[in-house]
Amino acid sequence: MVKQITVISGKGGTGKTTLTAAFASLANNALIADCDVDAANLHLILDPVMTSKLDFYGMKMAAIDQNKCSACGLCRSGCRFGAITERFVIDTHACEGCGVCALVCPKGAIVMNEHKAGEVYRSMTRFGPFVHARLGIGEETGGKLVSMVRKNAAEMATMHGNDLIIIDGPPGIGCSVIASISGADLVFIVTEPSVSAIHDLERVIEVAAHFRIKTVVCINRCDINKEKTAYIEDYCRKNGVKVIGKLPLSETPTKAMLEGRTVIEHKDDIFTGTVQDIWYRVHSELFHNSFRPLFQ
Amino acid sequence: MRIAIASGKGGTGKTTVSVNLALSLENAQLLDCDVEEPNCNLFLDHPLQKVKDVGIRVPAISKDKCTSCGKCAEACRFNALAVLLTGVILFPKLCHGCGACSIACPEGAISEVTQVIGSIEKSASHTHGIELYQGVLNIGEPMASPIIHALKGHIDNSRTVIIDSPPGTSCPVISSITGADYCILVTEPTPFGLHDLMLAVDLVKDMQIPYGIIINRHGTGDEGVEDHCSENNIPVLMKIPYDMRIAELYSEGIPFVLRMPRWKDRFLDTFRELQVLTDRC
Ligand code: SF4
Ligand code: SF4
Repeated sequence: MVKQITVISGKGGTGKTTLTAAFASLANNALIADCDVDAANLHLILDPVMTSKLDFYGMKMAAIDQNKCSACGLCRSGCRFGAITERFVIDTHACEGCGVCALVCPKGAIVMNEHKAGEVYRSMTRFGPFVHARLGIGEETGGKLVSMVRKNAAEMATMHGNDLIIIDGPPGIGCSVIASISGADLVFIVTEPSVSAIHDLERVIEVAAHFRIKTVVCINRCDINKEKTAYIEDYCRKNGVKVIGKLPLSETPTKAMLEGRTVIEHKDDIFTGTVQDIWYRVHSELFHNSFRPLFQ
Repeated sequence: MRIAIASGKGGTGKTTVSVNLALSLENAQLLDCDVEEPNCNLFLDHPLQKVKDVGIRVPAISKDKCTSCGKCAEACRFNALAVLLTGVILFPKLCHGCGACSIACPEGAISEVTQVIGSIEKSASHTHGIELYQGVLNIGEPMASPIIHALKGHIDNSRTVIIDSPPGTSCPVISSITGADYCILVTEPTPFGLHDLMLAVDLVKDMQIPYGIIINRHGTGDEGVEDHCSENNIPVLMKIPYDMRIAELYSEGIPFVLRMPRWKDRFLDTFRELQVLTDRC
């Protein structure tokens, strides 16, 4: 069975992509998937060579044939998303693609059109195969695109005989996050000791618990605020979540990013040593611990 | 005047800018549209009161009238309904509350009930003249936009409205920044920051909202963002330095203008610049 680990952060900017990239370089036989489709960044470090590209179709979208439209207004009063303008044009940013307008139009003036909302890429990198995507600007259905990335990742992992899929997840607790963690063997949360990161951490731990996925936490920049770090450790202990490592504030991640390298490739220092330790622990959580639900 | 604060990506300092800017003005209304993770009040610590629940209308199907014909499931484009021999089942998390199913049902078997997906809260008392409204998405609910729409219904046009939008460039961001007079994009001076910034710029251009940049953690990273801005005539409104003092205050949840008052003037200057840029002075 291919194992799957999803790296998420609740709040952005905590060092999620830095750690995902480091894990990619440390894993022996992993496939990497970037499910942060809204603002994919991992490719900036992994430098992928694309092998194939697939179109992603989101929801169909309505279009009104002005020649058939009699301006009766039924579509506008039926639309719950305010997507039909005064002049009977569809506001594509607001349209959810539900099709109610087409259903109520007595003139048959509204059609639902296929609509490309993004792309999925299969690539190779110096650390192994990589699946990533791009969601068109302002497109919805991030969750659907995440599912498509994960489906392609699973296929490709089977093809290449990978034993692990490392998933870089999106921030937040919504649709794309849920799509990124569902069915994963381990959720790895990166946080930092600040009031706002802690607030988001608590919410995202709840989400993982809601879906009963085993969760570990890593505290980045733990020396910025020792009290808050202690609070996180305490909170995790009380909620049955393991703190798998603590990383110091360091210039290494930014320096490595500027060179397009992972922290492991960039330099051998305390920071990278700690990242390596964390990776060994993650590896043993994944491959040597039998699954036990942490939340009942 | 409505100022939206956005960033291609989380963690760039959007909330920091929103809160500190709001605190620097006299009469601001702050709308926290990052409903998955509303964080503004962590820095203001106002007592909050619930204004209302936000719900969507989901179908309720009468077992007596339903003939299991399947028309409703056919009409639902979100696969929220499944028709079995024994009747119809709804997967509430997939339902967008569009109403297509009730229109499609020939038996009149579908009525609608409200399903709460989150709430709107406001500050019960305020310090520094800030009136805060925030939306909260319930855990496990995927749809943020209805809450953002409800939240924007509370905009008070007699005040300067500051809208803290969610990260990214997808649907909830659009709902948040629609109708803004100006959009401030907060970024970091790194290749990641630049990459995300360019996505955000594409979005605001597409929506025809005037925009400018605030660079946070200036002094780390490289010159890429500034070079890009000067080559493309994008105004850089402010640079907030990488400063341990600011980082520590942030980690404690203290807005830095409260402890470093000269920054209040910097934010005010930026605000006046925006008034000029948008012809609203
Ligand atoms: S209201 Fe719309 S989304 Fe919900 S079940 Fe009916 S058709 Fe599907
Ligand atoms: S359309 Fe109406 S009658 Fe037909 S399956 Fe749906 S609820 Fe039942």
